Amino acid sequence: MTIIEQPVDTAPQSSHRLTTSKAMVEGIEIEMARDPSVIYLGEDVGAYGGIFSSTAGLLDRFGPERVLDTPISETAFIGLGIGAAVEGMRPVVELMFADFMGVCLDQIYNHMAKIHYESGGNVRVPMVLTTAVGGGYSDGAQHSQCLWGTFAHLPGMKVVVPSNPYDAKGLMIAAIRDDNPVVYMFHKGVMGLPWMVKNARATADVPEGEYTVPIGEAKVVRPGSDVTVVTLSLSVHHTLDVAETLAADGIDVEVIDLRSLVPLDRETILRSVGKTGHLVVVDEDYQSFGLSGEIAATITDVDPGMLRAPVARVANPDTPIPYSHPLEYAILPRQDRIEAAIRRTVSR
Amino acid sequence: MTTTTPGRPHPMQSELDGPTRVGLYRTMVLIRTFEEAIRRDYYADKGPGFDIGKGLVPGEMHLAAGQEPVAAGVCAHLTADDAVTATHRPHHFAIAHGMDLTAMAAEIFGRETGLGHGRGGHMHLFDPSTHFSCSGIIAEGYPPALGQAFAFRHQGTDRVVVAVTGEGAANQGAFHESLNLAALWKLPVVFVVEDNEWGISVPRSASTSVHSNATRGVSYGIPAERIRDNDVEAVHLAASQAVARARAGEGPTLLEVHTLRLWGHFEGDAQGYRGDLDDVPARDPIPTYRTTLSAAGLLDDATAQQISDEASARVEDAVTFAKESPLPDPADAGAYVFA
Repeated sequence: MTIIEQPVDTAPQSSHRLTTSKAMVEGIEIEMARDPSVIYLGEDVGAYGGIFSSTAGLLDRFGPERVLDTPISETAFIGLGIGAAVEGMRPVVELMFADFMGVCLDQIYNHMAKIHYESGGNVRVPMVLTTAVGGGYSDGAQHSQCLWGTFAHLPGMKVVVPSNPYDAKGLMIAAIRDDNPVVYMFHKGVMGLPWMVKNARATADVPEGEYTVPIGEAKVVRPGSDVTVVTLSLSVHHTLDVAETLAADGIDVEVIDLRSLVPLDRETILRSVGKTGHLVVVDEDYQSFGLSGEIAATITDVDPGMLRAPVARVANPDTPIPYSHPLEYAILPRQDRIEAAIRRTVSR
Repeated sequence: MTTTTPGRPHPMQSELDGPTRVGLYRTMVLIRTFEEAIRRDYYADKGPGFDIGKGLVPGEMHLAAGQEPVAAGVCAHLTADDAVTATHRPHHFAIAHGMDLTAMAAEIFGRETGLGHGRGGHMHLFDPSTHFSCSGIIAEGYPPALGQAFAFRHQGTDRVVVAVTGEGAANQGAFHESLNLAALWKLPVVFVVEDNEWGISVPRSASTSVHSNATRGVSYGIPAERIRDNDVEAVHLAASQAVARARAGEGPTLLEVHTLRLWGHFEGDAQGYRGDLDDVPARDPIPTYRTTLSAAGLLDDATAQQISDEASARVEDAVTFAKESPLPDPADAGAYVFA
């Protein structure tokens, strides 16, 4: 796995094909070259290059002073990131799996996310917490969760969730430059890893050089007129697959990739549902008390009359993620469940 | 390299010069005066009965009376460029490290002029000008201290960080993770454990498997020392070496100080669980140190009175400023969530 070396200041006119993971690394690399206060630390981010290739090649280029393998001590090294950020650095800290938040959540939600508020705006914490999310490869209940709804529920941290190479790079650069803590959640299934099933869009053209994707802007990735599907991360690709199938039956699906959960781009959602009158939310996270309810409330808080049918939710049905393949696929929001929900919604 | 410092052989034999010793006393008196003023105003309007959420100073209030020697002795070696992370009981370290008393008092009184514009409160004091912070979560102030130390070294300075916890925190995971990482990366940190013998109502004997937390420091390869007496000069001496080690790039040190919680865990704590209450006043470190300095010919009654008066004037100015400051506008409760 080699990094494609690029001059930092190349204007983003030409492009090259990258997987999502390589695009993410390219964003980090550009910022590390531009800003000596950027460091990357976490477990197996050095010689290994990140279990999910989030740091491949960075150690070789920037050395062990700036790309640091840590002990398996998430509380200590996430807290270290916080303190370094407070003192003017811009650390990127990797929590290997979002599922591991349980061993270090205090540093995340009581410290990283609250210091700016508690200090009345006098202390900033410009750090990025990267973390791998998602299932679909039989990793069981403790290594497959998304949990973005939990992070987004807790105030004081931005949350971004790229689904493709372009957004992975642009959101990474935006996250590192942001003066707030940003949680950057990458689904293993969108990374284009050679050792995991890939979706067709996991490799794509990415502009060379630096560019940002603004945090807090959703994207209409497929315009349509009959039904709005609000989704994110790997589920964007499943939904796009379904939309192509349904187009043949005359159902025109609009797909919104949220890209950011905090801040949430409610305007784009409202504009779309105002047009289609039908809303399906596809979310790989747990259904209850989470993202799908928040998206539904985004409409009903403004005007329930916008909806010509009840909101449909395709999410994890509040079940720990099973190991056995058929069980896991039964609870994940796969193409079959998404298609059924859309057909049901537009028929009402 | 764990040692227990048994106090100085004789209080007259000090390695410190007179002005330094009087300076330590002055810092301790200022801290005590501040804590007494907060205590006075905390109870001023809690009635009828005791309503914790009521009054000029609402909420939990953890005061540090009795623990002044730790803060005074350690912070004497710091400048405002060095950092301190403290605990839910932070006032003594904040004052000893030079925090502005008016902004500190205003925050404790929940005013717009406070350090955090009333968003933080007494457990959440953040002062960029002295690199001071504190956390209400036991032991969780240690990990950010590592990051400040990392940044100071990365930036090519010899600045250091003092990270404070209580002895109860030494049983938390964050404590152990932090000791290991600081030792591994030789970070310029001085870990201070204030052993006031009590984790709220649970005595150390019921919470901690080792006699000295210095043992735990040593187990991570960190030079560590337990200072047996609540003796500001013994703390000063140990901290001098620890801070020097950190500044020289030799890595962290752990100092555990056997100190005294003169009052309750928080105000309103009747301490019915505490069998040593009758003996506590006699262990107050401030009269003890005053006697020591007096016997050494360094502090006559007039000078002691002057120190006390100066402290009262500064504290009352700060408290008056706080009381006269506006409360924050409720419409702005959502400000400062994001930068």
